[in-house]
Amino acid sequence: MAQREVIDGTLTTRARARLRGLLLALPGGLWLLAFLLLPMLSLVAYAFAGRDEFGNIIWSFTWENVQAAIGYDPVGALTADPSDDWAPHHLQILGWSFWVAGVTTILCLLIAFPLCFWIAGRPERWRPVLLALVLLPSFVNLVIRVSAWELLLKHDLFPAQFAQWLGLVGEGMSLYPSSLAVYLAMVSAMLPFTVLPLYTSVERLDWSIVEAARDCYAGAWRTFRHAILSQVGPGLGAAAILTFVPTLGMFLITDRLGGSKMSLVANLVAQKFKAVDFPQGAALGLALVGISLLAVVAFTWLTGRDRRGEVR
Amino acid sequence: MAEALDLHLSGIRKRFGPVEVLKGIDLQIPDGQFTTLLGPSGCGKTTLLRIIAGFEIPDAGSVHIGSTDLLALPAHKRPVNTVFQSYALFPHLRVADNIAFGLRSRGIADADVRKRVGEMLEIMRLGDLAKRHPQQLSGGQRQRVALARALVNEPEVLLLDEPMSALDASLRHDLQAELRRIQRRFQITFILVTHDQDEAIAVSDRILVMDHGTIVQDGTPEEVYERPLTRFVADFLGDANILPARRLAADRADAGFAALALAEAPTWDQGHLAIRPEDIEVREQEPAVNGVRGRISERLFRGDHWDLMVEVGDGRSLRVMTEPDQFHQTGESCWLELPPDDLRVLRD
Repeated sequence: MAQREVIDGTLTTRARARLRGLLLALPGGLWLLAFLLLPMLSLVAYAFAGRDEFGNIIWSFTWENVQAAIGYDPVGALTADPSDDWAPHHLQILGWSFWVAGVTTILCLLIAFPLCFWIAGRPERWRPVLLALVLLPSFVNLVIRVSAWELLLKHDLFPAQFAQWLGLVGEGMSLYPSSLAVYLAMVSAMLPFTVLPLYTSVERLDWSIVEAARDCYAGAWRTFRHAILSQVGPGLGAAAILTFVPTLGMFLITDRLGGSKMSLVANLVAQKFKAVDFPQGAALGLALVGISLLAVVAFTWLTGRDRRGEVR
Repeated sequence: MAEALDLHLSGIRKRFGPVEVLKGIDLQIPDGQFTTLLGPSGCGKTTLLRIIAGFEIPDAGSVHIGSTDLLALPAHKRPVNTVFQSYALFPHLRVADNIAFGLRSRGIADADVRKRVGEMLEIMRLGDLAKRHPQQLSGGQRQRVALARALVNEPEVLLLDEPMSALDASLRHDLQAELRRIQRRFQITFILVTHDQDEAIAVSDRILVMDHGTIVQDGTPEEVYERPLTRFVADFLGDANILPARRLAADRADAGFAALALAEAPTWDQGHLAIRPEDIEVREQEPAVNGVRGRISERLFRGDHWDLMVEVGDGRSLRVMTEPDQFHQTGESCWLELPPDDLRVLRD
């Protein structure tokens, strides 16, 4: 008989404890397998598949889609000069997407940071109410919220009329499509995802460490860096990831409020899939996943620096 | 000049909403003294400490070190450092960098910082732990890092906010001795806040007993322990027997169960006397003065002494401490001697 011992408060054998752990992980594992891993694998398969002259999928192996995704264009469909094999079009869109997601993330963090400190400073019974208010807008479907922005920014309402009076937009023009409209909608849509992870770390902040920094002659910046940022760093990283990655994949807002000039990589993917060009869409989708992963790694590395003791 | 660095507090008042936490504190602490603010939670001792550190602003009063007005300086510019109750070490910095923090804040040259941190690591016996993070240290080790982080700045006053409350008893005893050693070595004014009377007696030059926002007694540990002025002090330090009494003459008072001879004159008609359990003697025969007949109702062996409860009539019991070799049975009758020199006339 296998040796029995107490594991997590139960008398059992090691093999049984392991089996129990596997059973507990099974539903989640199956879920990930069915709805994340398998679709990802099919995405990879499509990304390297070819198409015949009628657009049907041929299950061959080709680099063409991936090359096209990053702008290599042997057919000359995208380039103005047919002798040039490279078209900057896709790379521009990728770079632009990165930029929009980055700006949205920074704006969200700038708004969420003071907001979280303010909420954490309210009496305890008010905090859940205030957090619920932050979350409330996301209970409404995004399509409806985007429509609301369209209504609000229309040419005959106060914001647009004020901008017209200032001469920022032409007479009788609405405030959309524009990058302003995109950022307004992006920030308002993503803010709850920034506030929630950040708030949990702000609420747990040990204020005596802030006092210790003051006590050790630290000025405002040094106190902020070592007493506050060092404590909320992980929350800040989580907030950045949870804002950046979904923003990168957002296409509804740019589609409706950004106009044709503000196409993001997600719009491009959607466009390719709509045009039944699955291999192209899949290759671009893979690029999107790749960027997202890079962003996650970058944020984790940045906020993990404190833990590794690389700061003084 | 030593006198130039004395700490002066005068007329310190502080109110939190409806509660007046400090009711006008006047205090002078000479340079290099180890002073303890002793009192139960809510007595205002921590608030007073935080006012000196700069984390609270008093409603009225002034704080000076020598001629420097501390209230005119923000916390990060005061020549004062604090050891926090929770240690409050920077979690992302190694031990050596935690200790170096204050020096680096003041822009001291790197070579000098390294030298002073190295010395401090050695004095505090932390050399082996210099590269660890706070999470990898035990409570006692964190405590020493917190102490080193404050002391390396060579403050004029070191404030200690219940620095040992999170440690177990035996570690606490070691650290009390350590604290005393360090204070002697650095010759810095130490102000310790604690609710632990044993700790206060063990480390201090001077004890200030606080209650409800005022200082109720100020003296050496011996004075405060042996000559409590009020019922509160007598009870808070060493659990004295407090006896309601009525004045009979300039040297006699009636405690209900007996008329007792006193060494000092009562200042009241109705008031209280105090006597410490270890000052009451158990006798076989009736003593010459202040003998009280009693019956032992309870006894507890405490290792280094016996704790007896002795019924003395009039519905009263006295707590008596005896040597471990003085053996008495429960239910036994005996004589108690309450020496007049040990009977304190309390003010209230």
